[in-house]
Amino acid sequence: MISIRKVSKKFNKLHALREIDLDFEKGKVYALIGPNGSGKTTLIKSILGLVIPSGGDILVDGESIQKSWLYREKIGYMPQTGRYPDNLQIGQLFEMMKNIRSSNQSLDEELYNFFDFALLSNKRMHTLSGGTRQKVSAALAFLFNPPILILDEPTAGLDPLAVEILKEKILQQKKAGKLIIITSHIMSDLDDLATDLVYVYEGNIIYNDTIDTLKKSTNEQRLGKAIVHLMNQNSVQQ
Amino acid sequence: MYQLDTDTSKVILSLLSILLLIVPLISGVFTTIHFYNSYEFTELMLAQPLRRETVFLAQYIAVASSLCVAFVVGVGFPTLIYGVNSSSLTLLYTGLMLTLVFVSLAFLVAVLTRDKAKAIGVTLLVWFFFSLIYDAILLWVVYAFGEYPLDKTLLVLVSLNPVDLARILMILKLDISALMGYTGALYKDFFGNYSGMLFSTSILLVWILVPVWIALRVFKKKDI
Repeated sequence: MISIRKVSKKFNKLHALREIDLDFEKGKVYALIGPNGSGKTTLIKSILGLVIPSGGDILVDGESIQKSWLYREKIGYMPQTGRYPDNLQIGQLFEMMKNIRSSNQSLDEELYNFFDFALLSNKRMHTLSGGTRQKVSAALAFLFNPPILILDEPTAGLDPLAVEILKEKILQQKKAGKLIIITSHIMSDLDDLATDLVYVYEGNIIYNDTIDTLKKSTNEQRLGKAIVHLMNQNSVQQ
Repeated sequence: MYQLDTDTSKVILSLLSILLLIVPLISGVFTTIHFYNSYEFTELMLAQPLRRETVFLAQYIAVASSLCVAFVVGVGFPTLIYGVNSSSLTLLYTGLMLTLVFVSLAFLVAVLTRDKAKAIGVTLLVWFFFSLIYDAILLWVVYAFGEYPLDKTLLVLVSLNPVDLARILMILKLDISALMGYTGALYKDFFGNYSGMLFSTSILLVWILVPVWIALRVFKKKDI
């Protein structure tokens, strides 16, 4: 689905990504993890075309994304911090997004209904709490039934009930054969959801394999512990 | 102000002095603040299947039109109610042009900088430059080269500053250019007629379009 070929990105002197090669395939849930400032967000933004790589190429469904924008039709993106214009109403926001993506795909309004946005549709964005805005972002990402979902810290700031709803939704989408990329610092969430792990450190891919393999090779039952193992190994090698 | 003085041209002149300072300041600062406040939303929009040009131009048109409407409601209606004549229309016209010029410049500053504080600072600097520093330099030039015939040079130099251009357009309409002495007569000769109006309009249009065009080019390659 998404192939990343020798992508690098430099911000002045800082190497955010160093010639990364990576393949994301459909039907899998990738957990993208790494310390703060390791290049996770840069990688996601490169896929979305928000950051323009200094070198290399990214292919979505075999087509280069350079100078192209229609490929974003296939991607549902949930940003880390959803901030919307203050006076926009929830209903207007959803209408606007439906207008932008005037595709004939069937809409997936499950999250919209779960979170009862129909009742809130006259509420203005600035009156909403951070968690509710996060729910809006989530509902928007899933609304158009896109084959690729990119979720940047989806569970941060959500209440436990909403987290469960969102996780259910992600698992359901995974079964539907979609490609899902999640970044998170909450290992227990990733443990429930993800099938594969991509560990980014200082702009390099340190680990890229299934989570089961990782658990076996480190003899750990829980993902959190296994990753601590991985990080320790990594620092020993250096 | 209309109730304080019976001479409308005096009122328009006082309005002009306020307008020349305030309009560029408000349009510039509002634009930069808006750009950075809606930064995350712009990010989300760019993650949708939309061209960058579309997002940028939509934002530009939205900001420019709302500021223009605000200007028309705030300044335009009162002046027009107290009498539609060529000077009040010129006031409206120069105000709108200045709004657009500084919205364009502020967009350029906003896409070139990375954070809000810096962007607002640079916008203020641009405003300060065109409102005060440029005039100071001009005065210095007049003072230092006073022995040479400077009329034509000054004409060119004045045209390079949108604020000065707006001011001269307005003053000429108010028939007080005689106060400016010989240079005033030259300006009247040049700007006062139809082709002068066309000339100043095209200079102002250049001031509107070139910054937007450069900003668009930068925005297309910008890392959000």
